[in-house]
Amino acid sequence: MTGYSLGILVLLSFNVIAAYAVYLPLAAGQLNLGIAGFMVVGAYTASFLTNEFGWPVAGAVASGGAVAAAVALLVAIPILRTHGIYLALATFALGQVIAAVFLNLEVVGGASGYPVTVHIEAMAVIGTAIGVVAFMALLSTTRFALYLTAVKSDPLVSDLMGINIRFIKVAAFTLGAAVAGIGGGLYAHHFNYIEAQYFSVMLSTYTVLYVLLGGTQTVWGPLVGALIFTLMPELLRSSAQWRYALFAIFIILFMAVRPQGLLTTGLGSYLRKRFAREAA
Amino acid sequence: MIAQQVINGLMLGGIYVLIAVAFTLAIGVLNFLNFSIPGTFMVGGMVSWAMIKVGWHWTIAFSAALLCAAFVGLLVYWLTYRPSKNSDPEVPLVSSLGFLVLLENIAIIYLGSDQQSFPQIIADFNMRIGPVVIGGAQLISLVVSLCVVFGLSIFLKKSNAGRRIRAIAENRDTAALLGVNVGALVPQLFVFNALFTALGGILFAISYLQVSPFMGENLGFKGVSAMIIGGMGSIWGAIIGGLLIGLVEVLSIQSLGSDFVNICVYGLLLLLLIIRPEGLLGKPAARDKL
Repeated sequence: MTGYSLGILVLLSFNVIAAYAVYLPLAAGQLNLGIAGFMVVGAYTASFLTNEFGWPVAGAVASGGAVAAAVALLVAIPILRTHGIYLALATFALGQVIAAVFLNLEVVGGASGYPVTVHIEAMAVIGTAIGVVAFMALLSTTRFALYLTAVKSDPLVSDLMGINIRFIKVAAFTLGAAVAGIGGGLYAHHFNYIEAQYFSVMLSTYTVLYVLLGGTQTVWGPLVGALIFTLMPELLRSSAQWRYALFAIFIILFMAVRPQGLLTTGLGSYLRKRFAREAA
Repeated sequence: MIAQQVINGLMLGGIYVLIAVAFTLAIGVLNFLNFSIPGTFMVGGMVSWAMIKVGWHWTIAFSAALLCAAFVGLLVYWLTYRPSKNSDPEVPLVSSLGFLVLLENIAIIYLGSDQQSFPQIIADFNMRIGPVVIGGAQLISLVVSLCVVFGLSIFLKKSNAGRRIRAIAENRDTAALLGVNVGALVPQLFVFNALFTALGGILFAISYLQVSPFMGENLGFKGVSAMIIGGMGSIWGAIIGGLLIGLVEVLSIQSLGSDFVNICVYGLLLLLLIIRPEGLLGKPAARDKL
């Protein structure tokens, strides 16, 4: 495999991990515009542990995810009192605050960034991304995924059906943050350098955009969204300057024509029926 | 010293007021969180700069910028608001965010990603009241933005078109039944909204003499915060929120340093969302927005 395609694959892996971090809360009806904030937490925690305490990378990255989850759990109770657009803006504000806090933490380099000494190979990143996808696919076969959909579709009815909606909401939010934290930790150790400015609103925004492009009705939507977001600019290499502009045009037109995203639950059964008919 | 900072904060807040009012109109009347507004704000500043740079008179440059913004407003109506009227709440939000990304990147492609210095249009004059210095350009832009906002509030209250707009805000279907031409009024509202924000971008460029493709992102998001803090859908709330954010920003730079601005501004937003989500002047939602 050439260095170029390996680089793309790593980029894709990071985007896939971020996509599922956004997807989990979104599946429960929470638009999280602050996912970059949780990535920052994971990235800095993991790097701090390997740099200062000589932890093994795997343990440090996992702890990064755990700390991001802990932060999410801490803020979930007050923040999930809000919903809809208020929640989106609260997560947006939270992401900004977290990034700004790390920007001012001198112990991790402040605004000049934080070099990370331990390097991990591309395969570790790709492997983790595959693991995340597998975990999500597994999760989608459990009752938990059904609960998420139920809470998203109608919190009142799912409450009446005996689902603990507060628990489901907090779980989705926290689990998403854990995935984001793991992604952040991996990012730090692969590129060996982090700065809080990188984890901006626009990073969160792009992630949300491509997840919705892929569609949130099925577990494969975020994967497809991340694929499109990563590979489309590469295919349009000739006009590198235009990559984000074209992506934005794509998003706008897509939301106008097919707002439910590329992959939907209906699409799967439609294709199955179609193939079954052709086979018969 | 504090008085000086308060004045500076209010000047900056005047810009946020314009953006916040644009957001509040979109959400109050159309129930649409229009994230393309930071984009039109940037269009106002950047297009003016580009036109002046190629040697046009500033009046023509500003008109061109407003025209561009109006066109963007119409596009947002056609491609975002109209198709997504009956879909999931996040769809128009995402689509208008797409417009923000698009405008930002088009500006980067054609005008570069650097921060540009904006030529001085209003002669540099300062007013001194005791120890307090008031920049002329800033004062003019604060006065213009407050006048425009007051004008708007009177327009909404007294004029026929204003009554129609409030009728749509109250209940869209009933307004249509009562003979309000909703289909014609809504695109006008989008254009008006875009003009409003672009004016904010121009005023910002005149008073702070700098523009960049990211100015919308930096200031526009503070405008959203101002709207939320004041209370969604309330013009007075937007005014108070805008001035408050301006004050908090300037005072936090003064006392803590510029790196703490985001912590203070967005910390305030977060706190308010948790304690009083309806905002300072907002009424608790009788029906869910979005």
